[in-house]
Amino acid sequence: MTTRRQVLQWGAGAMLASGVIVPRGAAAAGDAPGFLDLPAGAVEQGDLETLAGKVPLIKRSWRPPNYETPVQYFAEDITPNRAFFVRWHLASIPEVSATNWTLNVGGPAAATPFAVNLEQLKRDFPAAEVMAVCQCSGNRRGLFVPHVAGVEWGAGAMGNARWKGARLKDVLAKAGVKPETVEIVLDGADGPVIPATPDFVKSIPLAKAMDENTLIAYEMNGEPLPHWNGFPARIVLPGWTGTYWVKQVTSIQAVAKPYDGFWMKSAYRIPTGRFPLIDRFLTQETPANTPITEMVVNSLISSVAAGQKVTAGQPLDINGVAWDGGAGISRVDVSTDGGRTWMLAELGPDHGRFAFRRFRFVATPQARGPMMVMARASNRAGAAQTFDLIPNPAGYHHNVVQRIAVEVV
Amino acid sequence: MNARTTIAILAVIAAVAATGAALAQEKRIAFKDGPGLQAFQANCGTCHSLDYVILNSPFLDRAGWDAEVKKMANAFGAPISAPDQATITEYLAEHYGKR
Repeated sequence: MTTRRQVLQWGAGAMLASGVIVPRGAAAAGDAPGFLDLPAGAVEQGDLETLAGKVPLIKRSWRPPNYETPVQYFAEDITPNRAFFVRWHLASIPEVSATNWTLNVGGPAAATPFAVNLEQLKRDFPAAEVMAVCQCSGNRRGLFVPHVAGVEWGAGAMGNARWKGARLKDVLAKAGVKPETVEIVLDGADGPVIPATPDFVKSIPLAKAMDENTLIAYEMNGEPLPHWNGFPARIVLPGWTGTYWVKQVTSIQAVAKPYDGFWMKSAYRIPTGRFPLIDRFLTQETPANTPITEMVVNSLISSVAAGQKVTAGQPLDINGVAWDGGAGISRVDVSTDGGRTWMLAELGPDHGRFAFRRFRFVATPQARGPMMVMARASNRAGAAQTFDLIPNPAGYHHNVVQRIAVEVV
Repeated sequence: MNARTTIAILAVIAAVAATGAALAQEKRIAFKDGPGLQAFQANCGTCHSLDYVILNSPFLDRAGWDAEVKKMANAFGAPISAPDQATITEYLAEHYGKR
């Protein structure tokens, strides 16, 4: 069996032989190419390992389980459930059964609290569907330079799925949300190993909760959610990062004052005003920092490998996926000369403004020698991927343009 | 960590096992030998697998590891005594720290 470390060694060998500079980490199986190196320890530990019901994914940590989707799965617009990334904060994760799960809806600002089981949730509320990208806030954290502590993700802590479920607004309507409500608080069945650790509880602004695209999803790509992705139901908050997509959701509460738990007031925050974002979470904002909200515009090339030998005069298919926080992708530009000139890529089927959008540009390189392949997505709100990392303490919102070095032979 | 906490942790593990929770397969990691190894293994593995340390290496300096250990105690409530915190920080900085 080939280990990722052996692949690395071969990668280093190829680098010496060809003279092409291949980032060390990029040569490991499953890691996307064209970024700065992951920490050496992350590469060493990042074996392909198989959780129950999943294909081999890149293991970042065992407990709590954090597993990343290998880059080849982004050759498709929809990420298969079995390849969908896995991210948990706390290690006590019960296996919830469809029959004993109960969702409690209420809270201090709800007039008519109630509980539903899975059957009632499906029966009593109209089903809605949305295709949407779920991306960890810290996707690509491992590619930050200088490195920052945390789960050292490469580029695969994301996936795109068709979600089906009840609209959160319909469920909240039945609970009689009072006018003084400012946030909706979400909790799941998972919990800490020791009681002193703050439970993973999140809140979202009332307006986002009432958005027709916000779901309590019980289906993912036409199937029940995998255990690792939140069976039997999770929150789907299209456009916003995965931290709010509470898995195994068991409690939904309307509150009249901002929720002040650890996972809101201390974690998942970015410096106020640093990123070109539209959505703000004002009830949680301070002059210094603010909760992360929607995803920044981004793209990932899935068809080109680092150090790939490209034949002169032959077509090279440069394609991948682009996505953003819900404005929708307007264009993707591709460069094969390290960013000196750019060509407009063709966009694939539009699955909606929250979904992956395929882009494709077929280049036919003529000159032999090193070639640098890049892609840069822009969205309908006028934002584009950055060339320089926007530093922030927790390592969020990495949308630096990829640079994949290939060799034309 | 006191006996009561140990019992609480064992209870949680038993409860998780009883519900049939699927757990990831943890493998044994050969950690570098040195003062503090025992304190590190005894304390840090309660709430998370120890591969987190390898994952986050070797780029944190002493201050960086100190902040991580303090975060575990202060933000996440890990019952690690102050002397043990210092010992663990020293071990991590020495063996898994920035060179």
